[in-house]
This record gives sequence, C-alpha cells and structure tokens, in this order.
Amino acid sequence: MTVNGDEAVAYAVKQSLVDVVAAYPITPQTIIVEKFSEFVADGEVKTEFVPVESEHSAMSACVGAAAAGARAFTATSSQGLALMVEILYIASALRLPIVMAVVNRALSAPINIHNDHSDAYLMRDSGWIQLFAENVQEAYDTTIQAFKIAEDERVLLPVAVNLDGFFLSHTLENIYMLPDEVVHEFLGGYRKVSKVKVDYFDEEVPLALNPARPLSFGNLDLYDYYFEHKVQQVEAMKSVPEVVREVNEEWFKLTGRRYGDGILDPFEVEDADVVLVGMGSGVGTMRSVVRRLRKEGLKVGLVKLRMFRPFPFKEVVEVLKNAKVVAVMEKGVSPGSYGPLFLEVNTALYDLKSRPALVNYVYGLGGRDLVPDLVEGMIRGLFKELEKGVFEPKLRYLGVRE
Amino acid sequence: MVVKTLPEFPVKKGEPAYKLWLFEPGQKVEMPLVFNLRQLAETRRPALLPGHRLCAGCAAPIVVKLASFAFRGPTIVVTATGCLEVSTTIFPYTSWAVPWIHNAFENAAATASGIAAAVEAMKKTGRLPYEHVDVVVFAGDGGTFDIGFQALSGAAERGHDFLYILYDNEAYMNTGIQRSGGTPKYAWTTTSPVGSVLPGKMENKKPIAEIMVAHRIPYVATATPAHWMDFMKKVRKGIEVKGPAFIHALSSCDRGWRHDTALTLEVTRRAVDTCYFPLWEWTPETGYVLTDRSLAIARNPKLKQPIEKYLELQGRFRHLLKPENKHLVKELQELVDAAWEELLRKASNAPR
Ligand SMILES: Cc1ncc(C[n+]2csc(CCOP(=O)(O)OP(=O)(O)O)c2C)c(N)n1
Ligand code: SF4
Repeated sequence: MTVNGDEAVAYAVKQSLVDVVAAYPITPQTIIVEKFSEFVADGEVKTEFVPVESEHSAMSACVGAAAAGARAFTATSSQGLALMVEILYIASALRLPIVMAVVNRALSAPINIHNDHSDAYLMRDSGWIQLFAENVQEAYDTTIQAFKIAEDERVLLPVAVNLDGFFLSHTLENIYMLPDEVVHEFLGGYRKVSKVKVDYFDEEVPLALNPARPLSFGNLDLYDYYFEHKVQQVEAMKSVPEVVREVNEEWFKLTGRRYGDGILDPFEVEDADVVLVGMGSGVGTMRSVVRRLRKEGLKVGLVKLRMFRPFPFKEVVEVLKNAKVVAVMEKGVSPGSYGPLFLEVNTALYDLKSRPALVNYVYGLGGRDLVPDLVEGMIRGLFKELEKGVFEPKLRYLGVRE
Repeated sequence: MVVKTLPEFPVKKGEPAYKLWLFEPGQKVEMPLVFNLRQLAETRRPALLPGHRLCAGCAAPIVVKLASFAFRGPTIVVTATGCLEVSTTIFPYTSWAVPWIHNAFENAAATASGIAAAVEAMKKTGRLPYEHVDVVVFAGDGGTFDIGFQALSGAAERGHDFLYILYDNEAYMNTGIQRSGGTPKYAWTTTSPVGSVLPGKMENKKPIAEIMVAHRIPYVATATPAHWMDFMKKVRKGIEVKGPAFIHALSSCDRGWRHDTALTLEVTRRAVDTCYFPLWEWTPETGYVLTDRSLAIARNPKLKQPIEKYLELQGRFRHLLKPENKHLVKELQELVDAAWEELLRKASNAPR
C-alpha cells in the first residue's frame, strides 16, 4: 500500500485494537488524527476518539484511560510535546503502557514546522521508552511493536515512536501491512491488565482502576518512599532491551523484516575506521553515502540507533569499540553543551581503555536537508584528520551558513 | 425519592463500617438514597475512610463523604492536586475505599474524560463487567476556576459522562491560602493581604456555576455540606444524567477562613441564609430551580439574613467589620442582593 508516514501510523493504530485515542492537532502530526477520525466516522474502529482541547489534556486523558485498563494512544509534535511534559513524567511513573507517535519537529522559537529532534530530546528524562523510525515501513512496524513492548509485564512503561516530520510523515512510500487478524494475534487481542500483589488483598489484583479491587493511583509520596519508587522505575527500564529484542525477532518471523537487533542496526562497521552514529530518516542518506564510499575502498561504517531510551550503553560500546573515530550525527543542540546523543555516546565509550576519537555533527535543524555530498565531504574530511590524529573542534555544524 | 428496601450493600451486619467497596463483576448495584441519619450511619460506608490527614474542622471530607453516600456504585474517583488529595493518600496509606486516581493539578477533568472514554470503549467491546461505572471528580477552586478551567470547559463541551464536584474553599489552601479566581471580593488571603491601601482581594468571584450553565451541560447545581439532603439528591442526579454534570459545593476551610473548627457547617449554613451562596440547580429542561433553604427564603423573604451574619464568623473578613469599612460591607450587601434578585427572576419556582 502507498501511504505517508502519518497514515502508516494511523493504520497501525487502527489495527492495534486501541480503546482510546486522545489527540490535538499539530503539524506535522495532524494527518494521523485526521486519518484516524475517518476510521471513526466510517465505523471502521470501535475506538473512542477524544478530540481534546490541548495536548496537556491529550496526555491526561491517556493517563486516565490507561489507568482504567484501556489501550491508549496519542500523537504529537514539538510545541504539543512541550505542553505535555508535566504529564509525560506522570504517565511513566504510574507505569502506564501508553503509546505516542512523536512526529519530530523543531521547537520554537523561532517557530518552525519542520523536522529535527529537539522535541524528542525534550522528553529524554521523562521515563518514556524512545524508539526512532528510519522510514515509513519502520514507522508502521514500530507503532504496532510499541504496544507489545509497553504492555509487557517486565516493562509497563509508555513508548514514544519517533518519526521525522515531513521526511517521513508526509512522504509517500510503498509499505507492507499485515492483515488485521495477524496484528490482533501478535498483540494478543485487547490489552490485558497486569496483576500485582497488594498488602490489603489476599490475591493478585489488576493494576487498574477496578471497582472489584479498588486501588489508589498517584498518591502523595514523600521522602520516605519517593526515592525507592523512582529507583523501581529505573529498574523497569533495564528489562526493556531484552523485550525490544524479542519483539523484533517475533516480528521478523511474522514479516521477514527486522531492524538490527531491534536496538541498533550496524552497517559495515566491522573493519571501519570512521563510524557514523545517527537516528531517524537521516540514517537512510548516510547509508547511501557509506555504501558509495565503501565501493571506493574507504573503511567507513554506520550505526543506526533505533532505541534512544533506555540508552543501549553496552551495545553501543560493543559496536563502536574498534572504530578510530566516531561521528555522532544529530538533529539537536543543547546550547552550552554538546548534543544530547553525543553526550550519551561519549559516556558509553569512556570506560574503554583505548577509545575512538569522538566528534559531534549537528545537522538538519529546523528541517534543513542532509545532502549526500555534504556527508561525503564530511567523511573524507574525517579520514584526513585521522591521518593527523587531531579532531578539533569537537562540535561541528553540517550545512549551516557562516 | 423513597427508600423501600435496604440493599445488602455496602454494610453487612457484623461487618466493620470501614472497608473497601468491592463490586464483584456482574453484581448489579443501584444503591438507593437514604435520607435518615440513623439509616445512613447503619447502612452506608463512606468512600473516604477515617485516618486521613485533613485539618480538624475541614469541610472537604464532609463534602466527599456525603457525596459518596449518594453514589450508586461502582464508582471511580478522580481528584485534582490540592488539600483533599495530599491529605488522603500519603503513601503507603490511602483513605479511598473506591478506585481513585490523582493525575495532576489542572487536568482532573481531562483525566476523567479519559476514564469515561475507557469505560465507553470497554462497554462497546463487551469488556465492561458492570452495567455502568460512574466517574466522579473532586477538585478545589484553584483546580477548577483557574488552572483547571481549560480542561473542565473542554470536557464539558465534549460531553463526557462524569460528575465534577467542586469543593470551593475560595483560595489555594494547599499552598497556604493564596487568592484564586474563586476568592470573594474583600477577602483576606496571603496574596491579597489587607494593607493600609488595599482591603483584601479587589476583584469579584468568578461565577463558575453560571459559566458551567452556559456550557449547556445536562446538570449544574450549587450545594453545601450543611444542607446535606439537598446535596445528596443533587449528587445522585448528577450521576444519573448522561453526560457532564457539575456541582459547586461551598466548602469552608477553618485555616483559611479563620473560623473556629466547630463552626464549619454553621458558616456554610449562613452563606445560604444570607443569600451569599444560594442553593439552586439547573437543567436544560427546567432552567434554574431554587432548592432547600434558598427556596424557603424566596417564599419567605423575612428569612434572609444580612451579610454581616456571614462575615462576622470569619477572620478573613474581620477588617470589614471595622467602622471605617462600613461602605465596603454595604457594597457587598448590594452585590449579594443584586445577584439574589437576578436569581429570583431566573428561577422557575420562585414566587412572583
Ligand atoms: C502546575 C502546578 N502549579 C502549581 C502547583 C502547586 N499547587 C498544588 S495544590 C495548589 C493549590 C490547590 O488549591 P485548590 O485547587 O483551591 O485546592 P485546595 O488545596 O484549596 O483544596 C497549588 C497551587 C501544582 N501542583 N501544579
Ligand atoms: S487547609 Fe483548609 S482546606 Fe486544607 S485541609 Fe485544612 S481546613 Fe481543609
């Protein structure tokens, strides 16, 4: 089927037996909600669609719905995500398996509707799992997988599926979709609420707002418990990589498609001296350049990072430890520091006895194109620097006018 | 409403009155209203259990308990951030006998929207093991008049099926008595202090219940815990209507209003007696209808007390009773009278 990225996500949500969709329009996410409204208007889904009056309420309604035991979904971008931030922390701390499509867009000001990852970085510490799609097919696949990951008993955390605004959201691609029944079976039907042991009850009780076994959600938690609860949340993140890997494999059996090990996808890195690390649609461009330069015999490789939170430190070390120089390619800045992705990779590599040199390339802010020639020039430049062994400055901009 | 037989639920003989409310799937529950204090005490468990840490003399838990006596069950409760929430759920304890959630300060109505939507979805897909699950919100004035108003207005416009009960203590009490859009004119608060130039809050109280009437939702009412029968009837009506219902309950705060802990209900009673806070309900079919004591006052205007009767009990208005502020009291009296006259004109059951 030929669809754009937003439509692909809407189809995935339609097939995923979602109970409640609450959303507020913002470019470039809007098509998801528009398409989904059509499904609702045509009676193609049984989902309750809640066209809320703000993104803050969209996430709040998802929290309410998920706490009541429903499967809940929302989508947003940029300013919408920023407005949600307060509730993002609440959703993850209440361990609610909400899925959200984040159609990445630059944050204001200056106002800009085009793609970069500043919105995704904004929610970095909110306790959400963050996955990035490289193309429309992956956006579709990942949206369905996200429900399975979020609802896994070992996880019970919300998942953000990131897709690049316009580059994916508005770009038509031919993709393979599964029949509805196959998706239903993959997800095990409607959401099943996990059970917990609670002191008051003799049996395990559903972790939901359940009139049969009432529980309180969102209590006041002072210095005597807050710390422990936060640590539990951190611990829950530890089982995510395993679950993401399993779901990736299961998907592979079902569709013949997989994305590396689900966490990261290395390309030509084994003997590579220069390795690029990136997330999202830009990886496609980088891959084509790497392929071209490989034909010339240049030892260059690429690591596509699919999971940004939890950050796969071990896996990143494993895949980058033999490189001579690593170029962290990112669509985001943190004024006064390096880019957020760079800091993670830097941290991951620190413990190595002999570590690769690291440079941070910021590119594509506010939707600026990543031109293949630019990437090629950058890589060739890195090989020259490699001869000299000096990499200064560390923070560089790709494609910005002086 | 007449009570014919007492249901088994929730209190059984020999069982302690304070237990969680357990609604087994498939159980049909439709608790009738009980209007006899002895029967109430013997047959009803409140949804808010003892042991909470609200101040002695706080009206908020009375509002919640009375409301819960009118729940038909099963019920899910949502609470906004504020005194009620922080004092009833200090981990590892909870005072709530029903499923309960607190999300944040300004989003109780949005949270309730999500729950109501989830209930609908599970009903549509045959997964709701009950005939109905009612959703009831309790939120303070700050979380309703001010920061939470957007979510409330949005949820009302969308028509979700839930009852929103505003317990209005007329200031941000949880953060220490700051003015809100619900604080009345000339009241002292820590952010509208009485100084040499300003006599407390300079602005009028936002007419929140009227604003909710303007949303044309199925049910809007005012209430106080002192007029408990009236309040319980209204809660049940709000639950029974399909769609959003809103009850504005005046809820005195002895800390913030600066009154004796024993006067909690007396203060709210006088609010009605002086027509400062008239009791009414509104539906699209009936329009405004006076209830309880306010109806009695409408029928017999001699019952109407001067506003001083309300002000004199409370420290937050102490400055108004000084001789030099007589004109301010006069102004308040005129405001109250004008609003009361207008209500009498609007109310379909006011004598003409
Ligand atoms: C976004 C946000 N801003 C401010 C606060 C701080 N805060 C917590 S409770 C509260 C006051 C609550 O007042 P009200 O709604 O009137 O309820 P009350 O405490 O009086 O019962 C405030 C300001 C908050 N929790 N969240
Ligand atoms: S401060 Fe006021 S509203 Fe808060 S618990 Fe005490 S009496 Fe009640």
